[in-house]
Amino acid sequence: MTGGLAVDATVRRGGFLLGLAFAVAPGEVLGVLGPNGAGKTTLLRALAGLTPVSSGHLTLDGVALDDASTGAFLEPSQRPVGLVFQNYRLFPHLSVLENVAFAQRSRGRGRAPARAAAATWLETFGLTELAERKPAALSGGQAQRVALARALAGEPGLLLLDEPLSALDARTRLEVQSELRRHLADFAGPSLLVTHDPLEALVLADRLLVIEEGAVVQQGTPAEVARRPATDYVARLVGLNLYAGSVDGERVSLPGGGGFVVPDHGRRGEVLVAVRPSSVVVSNQAPAGPTSARNTWPGTVTGLTMLTDRVRLDIEGAPPVLADVTPASVAELSLAPGAAVWVSVKATDLDVYGSGQP
Amino acid sequence: MLAPALVGVAFLVLPLVGLLLRTPWSSMARILVAADVTQALRLSLWTASVATVVSVLLGVPLAWLLARSQFPGIALLRALVTLPLVLPPVVGGVALLLAFGRKGFVGQYLDQWFGITLPFSTAAVIIAETFVAMPFLIVTVEGALRSADQGYDEAAATLGASRMTVFRRVTLPLIAPSLVAGGVLCWARALGEFGATIAFAGNFPGRTQTMPLAVYLALESDPDAAIALSVVLLVVSVIVLVGLRDRWLRASPFR
Amino acid sequence: MRRTAPAFALIAAAVLALAACGSSSTPAATTGAGASSAPSITGTITVFAASSLKEAFTAIGQQFEAAHPGVKVVFNFAASSDLATQITQGAPADVFASASGKNMTQVTTAGYAAASTPFVKNTMEIAAPPANPFKVTGVADLAKTGIKLALCQPQVPCGSTAAAVFTNAKLTVHPVTLEADVKSVLAKVELGEADAGVVYVTDVRAAGSKVVGIPIADGVNASTTYPIAALTKSTNSAAAQAFVAYVLSAGGSTVLTADGFAKP
Repeated sequence: MTGGLAVDATVRRGGFLLGLAFAVAPGEVLGVLGPNGAGKTTLLRALAGLTPVSSGHLTLDGVALDDASTGAFLEPSQRPVGLVFQNYRLFPHLSVLENVAFAQRSRGRGRAPARAAAATWLETFGLTELAERKPAALSGGQAQRVALARALAGEPGLLLLDEPLSALDARTRLEVQSELRRHLADFAGPSLLVTHDPLEALVLADRLLVIEEGAVVQQGTPAEVARRPATDYVARLVGLNLYAGSVDGERVSLPGGGGFVVPDHGRRGEVLVAVRPSSVVVSNQAPAGPTSARNTWPGTVTGLTMLTDRVRLDIEGAPPVLADVTPASVAELSLAPGAAVWVSVKATDLDVYGSGQP
Repeated sequence: MLAPALVGVAFLVLPLVGLLLRTPWSSMARILVAADVTQALRLSLWTASVATVVSVLLGVPLAWLLARSQFPGIALLRALVTLPLVLPPVVGGVALLLAFGRKGFVGQYLDQWFGITLPFSTAAVIIAETFVAMPFLIVTVEGALRSADQGYDEAAATLGASRMTVFRRVTLPLIAPSLVAGGVLCWARALGEFGATIAFAGNFPGRTQTMPLAVYLALESDPDAAIALSVVLLVVSVIVLVGLRDRWLRASPFR
Repeated sequence: MRRTAPAFALIAAAVLALAACGSSSTPAATTGAGASSAPSITGTITVFAASSLKEAFTAIGQQFEAAHPGVKVVFNFAASSDLATQITQGAPADVFASASGKNMTQVTTAGYAAASTPFVKNTMEIAAPPANPFKVTGVADLAKTGIKLALCQPQVPCGSTAAAVFTNAKLTVHPVTLEADVKSVLAKVELGEADAGVVYVTDVRAAGSKVVGIPIADGVNASTTYPIAALTKSTNSAAAQAFVAYVLSAGGSTVLTADGFAKP
């Protein structure tokens, strides 16, 4: 592989071991999603050269950044990599302009041309009027833009973003997000966007890589991952009920008790079953007669969370389930923590897929 | 909090008040002219400043090494370089003689090969002051380097800065307030240096007799002159320290 | 903690000296005379003596204690100027033996001693490192170029006495250092940093083989005279006066001469 980034490596950091293999094409934005401690930041550090790989290699456009087998290792300062740190790490003693000019100055460019180039970047990012400010005098959104401009001003071949929006308040985040999307689209090389915000990943990334405990658990387009999560973590992120069990014809039995009746596709073996919370029907008594819902079981409400236009119920039972109902239903059914309910789901609302890959 | 603080202030200030109360103000001018104070003062300011520059040039890289590297024996090294802090200065002066004196184990070669003898020279004053004062700078700067956020250094590295560039353009500016504080502390300690200087450099007006030596020797014969000289040293120090504080310590580089 | 910081001590001394100027009272001199009239003396006496007297006085003290069982002699050896300051500041001393008349005058003027008696004088000698690298044979060599000569600063007795030697010899010397006291001069010579120093004969004697002494011709040599006095504020003046008398006696003088001191 010549173009883009190829990773096939393990990285040890303290007692933690990260082992990943994936590739990112030029112009592609790979969203790296995972819970805290999954190894997302370690991955970025390895790519930037701040942590060496223990085995395997990192290759960018055919050039080894780090290769444990040959001993090739490019110092961080020698790598064509731009990294936007989570807290931006803007140099507090330098002005915005000097921050953005830093990479070119470091690579030996004169003061005047580096500043001129930086000024152009500031213009692109709409930061011209902030050029002389120190980072302490910037808002969160402005600092984020300066950090991105600073990384891009080094004209990197690979762009890394570590939780780029996490330090921003909700409103700024939306605004900066669309801007970031534009800049990522303009960037010709491969980009990695580390995040634990699924929405951010869905909006900004072309493809997702989900890692948990140092290993890849799922790869795919945002749509695939959102529809058919491979793990509880992803399911929770995308707001789906996810069950792992074994299927035999139209019966799925779950190891924790309970089971589902699913459309029979003659499938056997280990499967995942995803259920949208909005597909779950809640009532306060067992259905008396026959019903179209093939799956019905009792449970107890343990929690209620107000979402924008609906209420999410946490229901304990075999199996436990998340259900979305309207506020009106909550009142009608007198739903409160401890309330006994019956849950039903249509077999056609269950998405059954193999636990390997979607 | 306030009461102990006031006791602390009193403790530090009262001796100075005592000095000022006993200062022979009316005959001050006559005494200072007779004692040729400018010679000792000029020598003191010059040697303390050179000692500070030498301390910065050698002490900052050493502080960096102590703060940022891991190797066996670093704890011992740290203890060794800060030893002059606890060593009585006169002992330091004797130790300097034994190392760099004409018969010292290093000094004898300086003499044999280059014809350089350090004792009784202005260079010896600077060496003695540097020996005693540099640890103050090292300790201050090392502390600052330890607490400095290394994330900035990493960020600079990812932006293509070599180790030297990182140090010069990022690390150093970020610890600048501590460097200035350490430099001021170092300068003040060098200015007041007495024991190591008199032991290593001896005492000769214009060459090795700094203000503290002049003060001490004046005590033998003329306490009034000693007090007058001390007041001059105090006033000059206060002017320099307050001047520096206003210029450097209050100005945050982050604004 | 009897020794106080010199600065503070001297300030206090200066204050006391100023006060004393106004009312000068001079009690009758009794030094030496009463020693034999007090045969049964007891208790402890404290003797403040110049550093250069350390070896001789320690021996004299032992002899004195042997002659007067019941008496204990405690010494405080320091620079005469410091001792004078301590005495005028009220330090509990019974006897003061000074290396210079100036410091004794300071004490008598302040009324702490009635009168003093000269008991020894100390002449100067050249001290050189054992190898004598500059091959110094006499005072004239000290004026040669290239020699590293250490002297006491002129404000202290060993410095002014050395200056008198050079005046007598009609020499102009260029010392590399003017040390605060005679022991520092000796130290610079012992360490080989100075080629020569001008110190007291007794210091060369005390330094043993660490330095060689090169005598100064009698015609140009100079000396300082040491006075001794029992102090008026003494709480055991009988014993104090007996000690002074012993120092002045043949027995004391033998010890002092053996250490290199000359008769005054």
